[in-house]
Amino acid sequence: MARVAIIGVGQSKFVRGYPGSIRELAFEAYREAVQDANITNKNIDASIICSAPEYDKQRSPAGVLAEYLGLTPQPTFYLETVCSSSSTGLKVAYSMVKAGLHDIVCILGFQKMSEITSAESQERMGRGADIQWESPFGTMMPAYYALHARAHMAKYGTTEDDLALIRVKAATYGQINDRAVYQKPVTMEMFKDPENSMAGPVASPLRVGDCCANADGSSCIILASEEKAKAFSKKPVWILGVGAASTAVNMAGRDLFSGLTVAMEAANTAYKMAGVSPKEIDVAEVHDCFTIAEMMAYENLGFAKPGEGKDLIRAKETYKEGGIPVNVDGGLLSKGHPIGATGGSQLRTIVLQLRGEAGPMQVENPEIGLVHNIGGVGLYGNVTILGRD
Amino acid sequence: MAKQEIDDRFKKFGTVSFTSISKVNDFIDYLEKGKVMASKCKKCGMRFFPPRADCSGCLSSDMDWMEVAGEGTLLTFSKLQYGPVGFEGDLPYTIALAQFKDVKVFGRMSKELSDADVVVGMKVKTLPVQLANGKIAYEFKKA
Repeated sequence: MARVAIIGVGQSKFVRGYPGSIRELAFEAYREAVQDANITNKNIDASIICSAPEYDKQRSPAGVLAEYLGLTPQPTFYLETVCSSSSTGLKVAYSMVKAGLHDIVCILGFQKMSEITSAESQERMGRGADIQWESPFGTMMPAYYALHARAHMAKYGTTEDDLALIRVKAATYGQINDRAVYQKPVTMEMFKDPENSMAGPVASPLRVGDCCANADGSSCIILASEEKAKAFSKKPVWILGVGAASTAVNMAGRDLFSGLTVAMEAANTAYKMAGVSPKEIDVAEVHDCFTIAEMMAYENLGFAKPGEGKDLIRAKETYKEGGIPVNVDGGLLSKGHPIGATGGSQLRTIVLQLRGEAGPMQVENPEIGLVHNIGGVGLYGNVTILGRD
Repeated sequence: MAKQEIDDRFKKFGTVSFTSISKVNDFIDYLEKGKVMASKCKKCGMRFFPPRADCSGCLSSDMDWMEVAGEGTLLTFSKLQYGPVGFEGDLPYTIALAQFKDVKVFGRMSKELSDADVVVGMKVKTLPVQLANGKIAYEFKKA
């Protein structure tokens, strides 16, 4: 069977208050990816435009962006699974190329969150959950993940300090990622100082420092058939496995709270398809929208046994020099989380790592990388496994 | 012809309701009578909370109401210091999830409980609570 490769990656700098419109924001990632792939707009057969609705005013953004990027008259469409939109875009593009419908497909993820206030943003994200039965109680994303954190603590003895260690790691790498929105250090002392903003309560047991940064940003991934990849790219990165899953939108419909079933199921599918085990992953990007989300990812992806994620971070095993480096680009916590752009940004990081082009964030000689991208509160899960020649 | 009456009882649910019309609008009437209800499929017996009009197991739409009675166990909770737009007046408040005999229920802890009272594993009961402006919800109290 012919393979499918990523031949181009791009990402805008993630910022607060991008000084331009959504089409201009999208262009930044697109230009970098097209130049990286060494192609022109004429080589692209189709585009998939990914974001979460209701942040900016544009309805059906696919047509508007495709025109601005020079991707008409090729087919385009809009796709969303909230925070995992652009990795869902990758899976759909993969199937289109694999089916022989198109040779080269562009996945463009974007989000301009700064058009609304933080409280409005919380309300919209909350409405990504169950609006009939849960939103009337005043839910929001940090509170939902806080329910997971409390359950994990009650079951396994995980502490607030364990979660803070994950934020300290994220900030270690956010400082050396020039595309990150938050490039300042975070220390354990900051979490212990009640006067420090990092220690401020949000939704117990999660504090300000446990939550990712809202940001404006865009990402772009260009996929190609094996034939085209070999023609255009010196360093194609191959898609070895794709897995995806969904679950009950309401918490009352779920059975597991100390982990995310979608991540476990998507990982099983992706590992099986790629023919690799968790031990063979050399570098990973996981969806750390909150510190507890990274802790659960360690366990749901098989990097640690259930309840032992805390041992991994305490031993610094997920640092760049550790056994399984995770989010060495700052993660969502420090790099920022512009919803629709996040999956593409994670994929870009792993592609650069596998090509040996990750600069100061480079892990030593990785061969297989993994991306874990979650939509909503564990509502959608995508796991993608990538490898190099 | 007389204008058809719109049954929008569900708009009374919670501090801010985002749904006004639902086939399970009777849930609101039950709340007003002091009962929190789940639903049970008459054909295959599947039980659901939140209640629903249709069974995903056997595709039947013949559902019975079933009271969420007795004691439940608190599975997890979170106390919010920030809230979404529309909930500013409620802050701080604690959302929670509890396991009852047949179903799990998502809701809020009663404000009568102090922080020290709320622990994973505690026994709770769920009861309707009247809110401002004629709105209604339910909450968990210590059983």
